[in-house]
Amino acid sequence: MDAIDLARWQFGIITVYHFLFVPITIGMSALVAGLHTAWYRTGKQKYRRMTQFWGKLFLINFAIGVVTGIVQEFQFGMNWSSYSKFVGDIFGAPLAIEGLLAFFLESTFLGLWIFGWDRLPKKVHLASIWLVAIGTQLSAYFILAANSWMQWPRGYTYNSATGRAELHDFGAVLTNKVVLATYPHTIAASFLTAGAFMLGIALWHLLRRPGENGSLFRPAVKLGAITTLVAAAALMITGDIQAKIMTDTQPMKMAAAEALYDTSAPAPFSILTIGSLDGSKEVWSLKVPHGLSFLATSTWNGKVEGINNLQTAYEQRFGPGSYKPNVPLTYWTFRFMILAGVLTAAIALLALWQLRRQRKSSKWLIRAALAVPLLPLLGNSLGWIFTEMGRQPWIVFGLMQTRDGVSPSVGAGSVLTSLIVLTLLYGVLAVVEVFLLLRFAREVPAETTEPSDPEAAEPAFLY
Amino acid sequence: MALTDIWFLLIAVLWTGYLVLEGFDFGVGMLLPFVGRDAVDRKVTLRTIGPVWDGNEVWLLVAGGATFAAFPFWYATLFSGFYLALLIILVALILRGIALEYRGKLDDSSWHRRWDLVIVGSSAVPALLWGVALANIVRGVPMGADHEFAGNFFTLLNPYALLGGVTTLLLFALHGAIFLALKTHGEVHDRALKLVPPIGLATVVAAAAFLAWTQAFDGSALTWTLALAAALCLIGALAASRFGREGWAFVGTAATIALAAATLFTTLYPNVLPSTTDAAFSLTTVNAASTHYTLKIMTWVAVIFTPVVLAYQGYTYWVFRKRLGRTDIYQPAEKVTS
Ligand code: HDD
Ligand code: HEM
Ligand code: HEM
Repeated sequence: MDAIDLARWQFGIITVYHFLFVPITIGMSALVAGLHTAWYRTGKQKYRRMTQFWGKLFLINFAIGVVTGIVQEFQFGMNWSSYSKFVGDIFGAPLAIEGLLAFFLESTFLGLWIFGWDRLPKKVHLASIWLVAIGTQLSAYFILAANSWMQWPRGYTYNSATGRAELHDFGAVLTNKVVLATYPHTIAASFLTAGAFMLGIALWHLLRRPGENGSLFRPAVKLGAITTLVAAAALMITGDIQAKIMTDTQPMKMAAAEALYDTSAPAPFSILTIGSLDGSKEVWSLKVPHGLSFLATSTWNGKVEGINNLQTAYEQRFGPGSYKPNVPLTYWTFRFMILAGVLTAAIALLALWQLRRQRKSSKWLIRAALAVPLLPLLGNSLGWIFTEMGRQPWIVFGLMQTRDGVSPSVGAGSVLTSLIVLTLLYGVLAVVEVFLLLRFAREVPAETTEPSDPEAAEPAFLY
Repeated sequence: MALTDIWFLLIAVLWTGYLVLEGFDFGVGMLLPFVGRDAVDRKVTLRTIGPVWDGNEVWLLVAGGATFAAFPFWYATLFSGFYLALLIILVALILRGIALEYRGKLDDSSWHRRWDLVIVGSSAVPALLWGVALANIVRGVPMGADHEFAGNFFTLLNPYALLGGVTTLLLFALHGAIFLALKTHGEVHDRALKLVPPIGLATVVAAAAFLAWTQAFDGSALTWTLALAAALCLIGALAASRFGREGWAFVGTAATIALAAATLFTTLYPNVLPSTTDAAFSLTTVNAASTHYTLKIMTWVAVIFTPVVLAYQGYTYWVFRKRLGRTDIYQPAEKVTS
């Protein structure tokens, strides 16, 4: 493998890994802030214990989100220096603004929230966790604006003298129609993830010892399940909008997502397709007639362009070469992303129904409880792999190809070294994090009667 | 002043903020086994930086992001050129963050011991390597007309840069010791105070040699003045700590770090990365910069939000201003009796 392939593997592994933790942080910070608010409003110990229990799990997750983020900030310069030079004028600004607006806010106020438990005025303490949650939203928006520019470059001019893309309208970058759709979609995915996380753990407790843990985990099951269901609905709606925008901005990605080889009107939605491996022919498929036309264009008979036709068109526009992404990969990641969300929502619905009927716990529901936090993680990763791989061979759509983006001065040996080092390190981190999460997820928080007992916060929150 | 100059200044300020702030938490990490002889003392030690270290680290992230936005060529050449050194720093920062956050999660002494080792190592390594990196930026690197780094990992390990690394290592250790003296009482305080003179002496020697050597690259009356001021602040800090004025001692080491950084960045200007191959190939504030439009937007954002950030970070330090001691650490009843 040469430096390009290694750098791509590295980017994929490092970023997907970062994004396992990010959605939990985005969703859980808001849910914990909500629980804290309930505690502040009602003064009920139940809510205090819930805030602490979920807050602890949130913090364990947050730590890894932070440290893996550090690599993100630097890896563009390390592995993708040509890319960085080409887009820096545009891409750097949202990244820097994210740091200034969001990362400072998150880290500072999380410190205050953790260590200020018995030191801050109650109102300020509550405000700190909300500011953390707001910080995660800002962070998501700016980084997604940067990513959306790569999907659909706006507000720039290409300067042939300097050989780079230059910004002329920052507003256009921040209101790119792609980010306007991607942001709500990603946030919805984050709430799906956090909802399922809460649901899974709470359900497990409830099913094991219904009497003892009921007061603590019954409301958590409800909160988790409802969050999951609302988020799933939001995902479907925003995903549908994304698909329409994608048909316009990157028709090749849409065609690959559907393995649609020839331009068709009406186009069917394919549920299963078996194609030849080079992604140029279809062998067998199962289809919903008119489905894709509707998804892509909102009309039953709309025309959807096919891979082969687009390839010809792109060759005329950009010169000879292949403009097809990896079709089987694009196709399957798209499907499994959706499937992951549908399954999560189904389990959430079942859990709510069981809760209402007060039925005896069944073995398979416990098993489902264990699986439900994992499904959205899978969905998130597949969604990103789809988005990013579907854009290939472009790193910036229509402007720069991925192979032109790597660092010329970094040899394959260096990239391989960092790939191995970071992958191993991340593997170890995963083991430690899962170990801690499982341990604290199992531990039922102690009952305290003192309204503000500093000792109760001690072992969990402080160093 | 052109916008490119303003951004050079702002990035210098961000780096300075990072070195001053994370400098003391690196120091505290390095000194952990020396000031914290038992479990409770180690908790006291770590809790002095607990609420703030992550906020301190963000100064680095913003310095990185700002470099990307304002001087993309600097960002690209520097980070791809210093690849393996940067990788080591990243690994250390990852381990450090995890160690600090996870250490206290379990009440188990072998768990604590393992993470303590990680904290010490992962604080010392970046403290050393940031000095090496900054010294190399000032000194310059082999680089052709294409502005691509033409050396290798060992190019970075020259005597001047290594001296720079030793200087930051010692300076941060000193800064950390004085910070601990300021923020604790009891045994941790006393031990930290005892460490000040020996580390201080070594720091004076290394820092004086390093700053004097730095003058060889582009020395001027201004850089000499800054370097001398740094030296005076360092001596002032040591004197203040001798007389029990811990607040002033901390101001002194903070000023030393800031002035040393100012010396380096003043020497560097108007280059951002000099080429040792041929001065004509150097990256400068002009040829590495973003367009005027981008810099203008970034300036507005910085002007509006930097004061806000400073205000709430300052508030955090104020909230946690109290000195910590053993009595602030919660000890489960059975631990106290045994
Ligand atoms: C559990 C997570 C999850 C679930 C259930 C879904 N998605 Fe999604 N999807 C993501 C998680 C995700 C993601 C990780 O959040 C992505 C990657 C980038 C983004 O903005 O969202 C994504 C990207 C993404 C894109 C690509 C946008 C682009 O490339 O520009 C489309 C078209 C959809 N999704 C469509 C859908 C549809 C139609 C869904 C359901 C009916 C759906 N997604 C459910
Ligand atoms: C919003 C911020 C993001 C930016 C700026 C960004 C940028 C990039 C860049 C520069 C590449 C080029 C390297 C390459 O093609 O391999 C890439 C590829 C990739 N990214 Fe993203 N990305 C972002 C978010 C994500 C996230 C959150 C994920 C997943 C969780 C992700 C998954 C991937 C994958 C899997 C590739 C590999 C594609 C391939 O190699 O073919 N990206 N991205
Ligand atoms: C490849 C592009 C990305 C870069 C350069 C990047 C950078 C970073 C950095 C440096 C941090 C650590 C901040 C700290 O120390 O407090 C971080 C954390 C975070 N990032 Fe990313 N990030 C990327 C992708 C994403 C995406 C796509 C999202 C959201 C959609 C996101 C959301 C967050 C959030 C919420 C945090 C808070 C910490 C946590 O995750 O637990 N990031 N990121």
